[in-house]
Amino acid sequence: MMTYIIYIAFSLMALGMIMSAIRFVKGPTAGDRVVALDTLTTIGVSALVLLAYVFQRFIYVDVALVYAVLGFIGVIVIARYLEGAL
Amino acid sequence: MQALTLNQKLGRFIVNWVFLMLLWIMFTSTFAAQELIVGGLLTMIISLLSIRLFTCCDLSLLSPVKIFWMVYYFGVFLVALIQANLDVARRVISPSLPINPGVVKFKTKLKTNYSKMVLANSITLTPGTLTIDVVGDTFYIHWIDVQTTDPEKAFTEIAESFEKVLLKIF
Amino acid sequence: MSIMEIIGGILIIIGSIFLFLGALGIYRMPDIYNRLQAGTKATTLGAMSLILGVGFLEPSWMLKSLVLIIFIAYSNPISSHALARATYRRGHYPLILSDDKENMDAYQEVVPHEKEKEEKV
Repeated sequence: MMTYIIYIAFSLMALGMIMSAIRFVKGPTAGDRVVALDTLTTIGVSALVLLAYVFQRFIYVDVALVYAVLGFIGVIVIARYLEGAL
Repeated sequence: MQALTLNQKLGRFIVNWVFLMLLWIMFTSTFAAQELIVGGLLTMIISLLSIRLFTCCDLSLLSPVKIFWMVYYFGVFLVALIQANLDVARRVISPSLPINPGVVKFKTKLKTNYSKMVLANSITLTPGTLTIDVVGDTFYIHWIDVQTTDPEKAFTEIAESFEKVLLKIF
Repeated sequence: MSIMEIIGGILIIIGSIFLFLGALGIYRMPDIYNRLQAGTKATTLGAMSLILGVGFLEPSWMLKSLVLIIFIAYSNPISSHALARATYRRGHYPLILSDDKENMDAYQEVVPHEKEKEEKV
């Protein structure tokens, strides 16, 4: 039962990642691309936490935490750059 | 920035220390004595160094009444977050995309920067609204389905339930 | 299956559905502000619910999952706000569908509109 739940969750997340990737490639402005990148980061963090459960490795949760922090700082820096304040 | 009195400094120091220590315990997720000692020392040094940086609040934040209102605020916020998600899900799934976007503004009675930040974050996570900018005490909100452009009415629609509680905390 | 596993499984399914809906919103919405609306809200609740579900499945991970949840709930609105502001100041204005175009955009009293420019990135 748990196996099926994890299959369903990973399939939905993969579909979501594909859609954000399409927006990342298509996006008419730079802002659209950054929004898509932000969504990709959030989905990636969730996927890492679920993978940590699948492989039973606690350390992957720390990887997810660092990834979340770096993604947040990256988006903030790009936003400041687009605004022209950097 | 005006000079801080000793009382303010001590209050900020203790509030920072308590919150950083809570964070440390969550990070290490253990109660072993050595971890607690190292964590206590580190968080003490950090909160000593950052008295001027973390300027949110002083010691009165830790009184039971305010902690009760914080928990209550968290409940209000969680309900709004789930509503927001059902709302967004409905709009995204329906084939015709029922949106009527626009930007509205309203004024808030909150004074400190930190409480404005909490209010702006909460507004971003509630149904159909996104904070674009805060200038002084005016909030500019992108609304996915504009019902009114009048500042007073927009305030009642969007922010009143949060601000009532936030005024009791900060 | 224990009761913890049932709760965790349900939370994981709900979380992945909302993550998917957020990405679908990113794909379908017409302009960047509406995309930010869908992207921020749905992915925030989705990630929170999924990580909480994993915390229920492995109770010894609960505290660190809570750190991650608090961080996501705190940082996602800030980054979307920064992006919305940067986009507006860069000269891409919100799409307005109703007839009352003047009153629907209150932010132009802070940042006056220039002629919208095409961007090649």
